[in-house]
Amino acid sequence: MPPFAQSRRHFLGTLSVAGLGVTAITSCGGSDSGGKDSSGRTVIEWWHIMTGDPAKKVWAERAKAYEAEHPDLRIKIVTVENEAFKSKMTALTSSGKLPDMYHTWGGGVLKQQVDAGLVEDLTGTVKPWIGELVPAAPKAYEFDGKLYAVPYDIGGVGFWYNKALFKKAKIDEPPTTWSGYLDAVQQLQDAGITPIALAGKEKWPGMYYWAYLALRLAGVDGMQKAADDEDFSGDAFVKAGEHLMELVDLKPFQKGFLGAAYATPTGEAAAMGNGKAAMELMGQWAPLTQRDAGKGIGKDLGFFSFPTVEGGTGKITDVFGGGGGYAVRKGAPKEAVDFLKFFVSAATDRTLVKEANVLPVNKQALDALTDPGLKAVSDMLNASTGFQLYLDQALPPAVGQEINDSVAALIAGSTSPEQVTRSITQVAKSQ
Amino acid sequence: MTSTHLGAPHPAAAEEPLRPAANVRPRARRFRDWATAFTFTVPALILFGLLVLAPILFALYVSFFNWGGFGSPSDFAGTDNFTRLFDDPVFLGDLWRGLVLVVLSIALQLPFALAMAVLLNQRLRGRAVYRMLFFAPYVLSEVITGVLFVMIFAPDEGLADKSLGSIGLDGVGGLWFAGQDTVLPTLFLVMMWKYFGFHMMLYLAGLQGIPSELHDAARIDGAGTWQRFRYITLPLLGPTIRMTVFLSVIGSIQLFDLVWIVTQGGPDHHSETMAVTLFQFGFKRYQVGYASAISIAMFLISLVFALGYQRLVLRRDTEGALTTMRANR
Repeated sequence: MPPFAQSRRHFLGTLSVAGLGVTAITSCGGSDSGGKDSSGRTVIEWWHIMTGDPAKKVWAERAKAYEAEHPDLRIKIVTVENEAFKSKMTALTSSGKLPDMYHTWGGGVLKQQVDAGLVEDLTGTVKPWIGELVPAAPKAYEFDGKLYAVPYDIGGVGFWYNKALFKKAKIDEPPTTWSGYLDAVQQLQDAGITPIALAGKEKWPGMYYWAYLALRLAGVDGMQKAADDEDFSGDAFVKAGEHLMELVDLKPFQKGFLGAAYATPTGEAAAMGNGKAAMELMGQWAPLTQRDAGKGIGKDLGFFSFPTVEGGTGKITDVFGGGGGYAVRKGAPKEAVDFLKFFVSAATDRTLVKEANVLPVNKQALDALTDPGLKAVSDMLNASTGFQLYLDQALPPAVGQEINDSVAALIAGSTSPEQVTRSITQVAKSQ
Repeated sequence: MTSTHLGAPHPAAAEEPLRPAANVRPRARRFRDWATAFTFTVPALILFGLLVLAPILFALYVSFFNWGGFGSPSDFAGTDNFTRLFDDPVFLGDLWRGLVLVVLSIALQLPFALAMAVLLNQRLRGRAVYRMLFFAPYVLSEVITGVLFVMIFAPDEGLADKSLGSIGLDGVGGLWFAGQDTVLPTLFLVMMWKYFGFHMMLYLAGLQGIPSELHDAARIDGAGTWQRFRYITLPLLGPTIRMTVFLSVIGSIQLFDLVWIVTQGGPDHHSETMAVTLFQFGFKRYQVGYASAISIAMFLISLVFALGYQRLVLRRDTEGALTTMRANR
């Protein structure tokens, strides 16, 4: 009976979920961070996630440049792939042994490490120079007025639109209010243009709409309060769903959007890049992806902030986004913070912006930015009054996924705005 | 590769008749049999225990906890994960969709494969080419198949809609994978394209085993084509058909890779299978306890089906084909 035996074994392969977990735990040994090497230099272990060139090369060059200025110091770089990094860090956090200096997206995960007493409070040490940075940049790493990481990248979400198509639909100015936005969608619709490209298959692009609406209604403080109380059933969140339904009811998305991916040749970015849809709600990587997946629309591409919602407490200058930063382990060599100062200094940041396509975090490096699209996002961040981190990073993974899933169901028309807030709250409370 | 042992008589077979049974007491002999069998199976048993039994037992253990996958499970949840399972519309939907796929496979895919096999068993110009062409999709990996059909069934822009449009059938295609009602049939279409060649090959092998004398005799007795198919081909192909039904059902229960590539279970869970739900909870939400409960449910469903099917349906096919210890006694 070979087929039976074979299929059963096959089957159990998928069952060994837990087995994998065990491997992940045991494969993370300790590290020799914080020690001295054979020639007596202080060793700082630095974990980053820049696995691709040019960034990987640039990062290594920066470390070398710093070592050249400080001969008594050695920076040991460990490059870990994005997803592997997340699982390794979870294991290291529970073991209490973090690398000296490590990548973080801020939000819930960093908070967890801070609460466990594993992360150095940098507030005092960075005070002399943190003012050089773009105000929105450090926001994701601040808890109770204390700063726990230094940002090196920052980005945000907004509407990318096709100026030519807007003109064709006789829309002179990008809308600044939600009702104005709905009118614009209707105008595009009437002109026979697909108003919005959306990657329904991947869920997170749809979540941006709900999250931004909630941010405009509840404000940054309201969002924070909901996360703290694990209660997303408030009026603002129900309203966010209702406003989203107003948009969905106009049927503004491209044909077959529920099956569309984001970056594939038939996906959301390609629809924008090939001029087949008038706008998408996306982060600073949108222009690049539009050019990769489609042809790119060059000078026709414009950017505007998510409009305000009538009756909401949020401002149009509150930004939804995220970036990357480096946190320092409690008890790590003091030189680590000095290196971070070097890493975000105007000179280094200019190099990062020019060669590795990150957005500038240092105000003086803003001039290094030449791409008009990136410049628009950067201007928005520069003028920001509040900053809300991506919800799947700000909240535990199960809550982030539940938001994605239930908002996707809302857009697909199989659930109600109240039900969305109930499911999210239920998962948040169970965490 | 050395083949020195090739052709040498099996040691036990040579030994057997020389030993007079009356000299050794049956009990001691039975013990020695077991000891020999045990010694030879120990390495396999250790591996099986480590790689198969241990994970199952661990998954069973974990399914009684709320566990995030790291550290050791400590938040005991009793049978909560299992009661939640039967309140979860997604999981219940998984069961329903699994059933739909099983029924479609048995009702459409297997008869189609059989028809093709019978056709390609005739004398036909280019028979080998057809056999190869129909079998080729099975050789493709699930991922490549998935990526391919996502492009083919892209609404408006894909090969499917463009081809339909070019023969004046615009709008016939529709949403394919992107529609909540069309996604499962479209997925089944892809599965059928990919797997019918495999079943066809099995049937072809079965057909080759049917002696042509039977057909000749029936023909002389005046039996028509249909009668010969119904009363000769079908009964003699029985064991093969029963085996392919089994493979189809198990394949549908554990369907994952194709769905994951094509739709990730969407739109809105309308193509989600048990394995996809398991993955979502285990590796996206890190609710490993609940994911383990799903895996246990999946395991029990296939176990019950596999054992039941073996016992009730496959029994007479495997009779005599299995090695049992001293079957002659």
